[in-house]
Amino acid sequence: MWNFPLFPDQASSHASSIDALYFFEWAVAIFFSIVIGIAVVVLAVRYRSGSKVDRTNPPTHSQFMEAIWIAIPFVIGMVMFAWGAILFYDMYDPPGDALEVSVVGKQWMWYIQHAQGRAEINELHIPVGQAVKLTMTSQDVIHSFFVPAFRVKQDVLPGRYTSLWFQPTKPGRYHLFCAEYCGTNHSVMGGWVEVMEPAAYERWLTEGGSGPSMAEEGARLFLQHHCAGCHRDSVTVKAPRLEGVYGRPVPIQNGKDVSFVTADVAYIRDSILRPKSQVVAGYEPIMPSFEGQISETDLLKIIAYIKSLSGKEAVR
Amino acid sequence: MHEPESHEGAPGVTAPGPESDPGHDHIHPAPGWFLTRYIFASDHKVIGIQFLFSGLIFFLVGGMLAMALRWQLAWPWKPMPILSRLLWAEPSLGYQMPPEFYNKLFTMHATIMIFFVIIPLLTGGFGNFLIPLMIGARDMAFPKLNMLSYWFMPPAMVLITYSFFVEGGSAEAGWTSYPPLAFARWATPGSLNGQTLWLLSLLFAGISSILGSINYITTIVMLRAPGMKLFRMPMTVWAMFITAILQAFALPVLTSALIMQTLDRVAGTNFFSPVGLTVANAPPVVGGGGPILYQHLFWFYSHPAVYVMILPAMGMVSDIIATFSRKPLFGYKPMVCAIAGIAGLGFIVWGHHMFQSGMNPALGATFMMSTMLIALPSAIKVFNWLGTMWGGRIQFTAAMLNAVGFVSMFIIGGLSGIFMAASPVDIHIHDTYFIVGHIHYVLFGGSTFAIFAAIHYWFPKIFGRMMNERLGMIHFFLTFIFFNGTFYLMHIVGMHGHPRRIADPTVYSYLQGAGVIGMNQFMTVNAFLLGFTQLIFVFNFLYSLAAGPKASENPWHANTLEWTTSSPPAHYNFERIPVVLHAPYEYSVPGVDEDFLPQTKPFPGGQRLEPAHS
Ligand code: HEC
Ligand code: HEM
Ligand SMILES: [Cu+2]
Ligand SMILES: [Cu+2]
Repeated sequence: MWNFPLFPDQASSHASSIDALYFFEWAVAIFFSIVIGIAVVVLAVRYRSGSKVDRTNPPTHSQFMEAIWIAIPFVIGMVMFAWGAILFYDMYDPPGDALEVSVVGKQWMWYIQHAQGRAEINELHIPVGQAVKLTMTSQDVIHSFFVPAFRVKQDVLPGRYTSLWFQPTKPGRYHLFCAEYCGTNHSVMGGWVEVMEPAAYERWLTEGGSGPSMAEEGARLFLQHHCAGCHRDSVTVKAPRLEGVYGRPVPIQNGKDVSFVTADVAYIRDSILRPKSQVVAGYEPIMPSFEGQISETDLLKIIAYIKSLSGKEAVR
Repeated sequence: MHEPESHEGAPGVTAPGPESDPGHDHIHPAPGWFLTRYIFASDHKVIGIQFLFSGLIFFLVGGMLAMALRWQLAWPWKPMPILSRLLWAEPSLGYQMPPEFYNKLFTMHATIMIFFVIIPLLTGGFGNFLIPLMIGARDMAFPKLNMLSYWFMPPAMVLITYSFFVEGGSAEAGWTSYPPLAFARWATPGSLNGQTLWLLSLLFAGISSILGSINYITTIVMLRAPGMKLFRMPMTVWAMFITAILQAFALPVLTSALIMQTLDRVAGTNFFSPVGLTVANAPPVVGGGGPILYQHLFWFYSHPAVYVMILPAMGMVSDIIATFSRKPLFGYKPMVCAIAGIAGLGFIVWGHHMFQSGMNPALGATFMMSTMLIALPSAIKVFNWLGTMWGGRIQFTAAMLNAVGFVSMFIIGGLSGIFMAASPVDIHIHDTYFIVGHIHYVLFGGSTFAIFAAIHYWFPKIFGRMMNERLGMIHFFLTFIFFNGTFYLMHIVGMHGHPRRIADPTVYSYLQGAGVIGMNQFMTVNAFLLGFTQLIFVFNFLYSLAAGPKASENPWHANTLEWTTSSPPAHYNFERIPVVLHAPYEYSVPGVDEDFLPQTKPFPGGQRLEPAHS
């Protein structure tokens, strides 16, 4: 039978405010469609040739009327703009305490890794009421992370990190789609977001034994790829210590000048894959490129490790 | 402008006299040889007809691809009549459409409809045929260039058709063809050879349009008949003029993007591949390019391109509504300004296709603002069409019905555009069926209804015979009903979260509700009915071509110049170059016996105020 909910669930903190704007737009659209639709029919019937109506002085132009039908859409448009812009900014900046989760898209699955170490495929478990920030990248073509119930969608690009945040407000299972067409099996690239009570989430995280966290895994990879050989107290090579780097401004040698960039995930990613593109001031460009040698998932773990060092003090 | 002006004293108009008679220009005889007359023709009318026929043929092809798409959406993986037996009889396929075939279908449907149907029909077909006739010229400024512009199309058509038959089949990266999916050779079967052919084909089609647009601009600037001041040009000519400018500025960007992507595919360049990219276990490329760069280049062209597909339609509809309302076009100058405004804004809104690509909100908000502003000139157009009908004496011919259909459907398309202009809402509905609904309300409800209107209206002039009005009306009403049946519900399922470009919605329990499945099936049934309704049009077109009643010079009692010459016009268009005396919309002028006054016919009394279309 008719089991068609007109709108997807509202399950995130954004959903209801976006829907409010959406309903406003519907109201405007329906109002104008009806007014104009009626006008078309009335004019067509009333002024059909052969009908006997008063046609004296049919207007052929009117500055006054033009002004009115510029002004009304202008005002409505600007209301929508202001409203939309506020929401748009809101959706961009995650709150500081957001739970961080890494996402890697590839043809045709989602690989999801929690900071605490648990990884999953095509499923995302998160606690209700807690803001979640996804750091996403793709291993091949462009994908797009789309959860209709949260009203969020963000393209996932190869060679770059994009991020997305939301705050689930209702426990339940919600569909997850890949919204950007990505090849043959695009239509089956999806999964579920499972929003759990915080306690259940904690239990889920440690289910099946508490494996190493992402940062611990990263520390292992840091050794395995011989990063440590240079970056930890080497006597032969001069390389910067990575403690405290994350989130701080880093001096970059720029010809004769020095400029500062903030060491965010994109910067650290670039430092590993393209070390010569931004060389830390005072160091030789001797770090080899790890491009093609570290997978996207491992890269995220190494970055998690470097992030985990940020609490510690740098010995620069 | 209210200054009095006699038709003889108009600037640029000299009284027709023996020494300055503009009719005494050089008339070329029509080429006698069949090949130069009908095939390698340089006559703008023949070229227009060539574009018209090739566009209509591809319209049928594109329509059939669409019906196959709809079949799969309503009854996923169920054997399809005809195609299943023909293509998927092998046991491994079991009469089911493979998913990559579905992907080819939507890629090629959109490519064909946009680049081989709507754009060639509007600018190539009607632009070519109408511009010289409506401004009183004997031909385009560069007839040979015009011929070249048509002859860039057949290679494009051959390549795109041939691409269905190469190894791996046709392209399947979507009409937007985003890298890396589009250039990574092994990303999809279709990116083997099909994608390269797709790129080459579009390059040819684009060059055809660039050549055409140069010609249109020059012709309209240089070859207007004496007295045809800019603000006496019919809206169709204004629209074609501004469209040509759009094409001339936007197409080079698409051309470069296509060339870069071609090089990325065949020459190992890395314009659009990120560092170390590897797709489907292929060895990594060097990279260093940006996939987002392509999106910017593509939409910098393709947003203006959507206006290339609607402005000529708006121009022609304006002329048709004025003619059949027997009333001057309401607010002629605001209408011209609105077209120019849409075109100008059209260059600064492309980012609205990329709100979810991770752009900075400051940039997103800027694009949101410019997109909202496009609603203003669009509103001007709609209300002025209504103003034209107000107080008119409306004749409901098939052409007029289609034109009114255009107005009412364009409103829905424009209003759904506003939804998507607001970026937070767009982030939810982007890449869902809501977008597909929008596209079709503007491109089918808008452009295609306008093309039907224009064909019914100018058929007598083009072919010298009348189309059957009754069949035309039946075709209109059925098309109108089934069109809405097919596309309206797309907004609803889109809002619900139904993604676009998916071969099988039923893999998601979310889209398995009877509501969604029922709607999908309802839309498909309507789509098939819509498709079959077009057979009425095909019949009417072909039958009238062969046996329609002979058309008189001016069957609709219209004012513009093309109706002052024979139907069909002779090779040289006008016996003598006409002298234009006033604006094109002098219908039901008090003091004139008939309810129309062709642009070449003086006002009774000789003197008269220039009509004040403020
Ligand atoms: C051959 C020694 C060497 C190896 C091996 C090496 N690095 Fe480096 N790394 C350097 C040097 C020297 C610099 C500073 C110059 C520069 O920016 O290129 C540096 C810079 C960096 C920076 C930027 C630090 C800042 O303060 O901005 C990061 C992050 C980094 N390396 C991570 C890694 C990781 C992760 C690995 C292992 C996968 C690694 N490095 C392996 C020598 C090395
Ligand atoms: C009031 C006027 C209009 C506005 C505000 C508008 C707005 C938009 C927006 C914001 C999008 C992007 C949606 C998304 O992908 O998320 C879009 C898509 C599109 N629009 Fe419009 N639009 C308008 C008129 C038109 C017209 C007149 C046409 C064509 C004749 C058109 C054709 C398209 C097409 C083809 C797409 C989809 C492209 C794709 O992704 O495949 N639009 N429009
Ligand atoms: Cu996908
Ligand atoms: Cu656009």
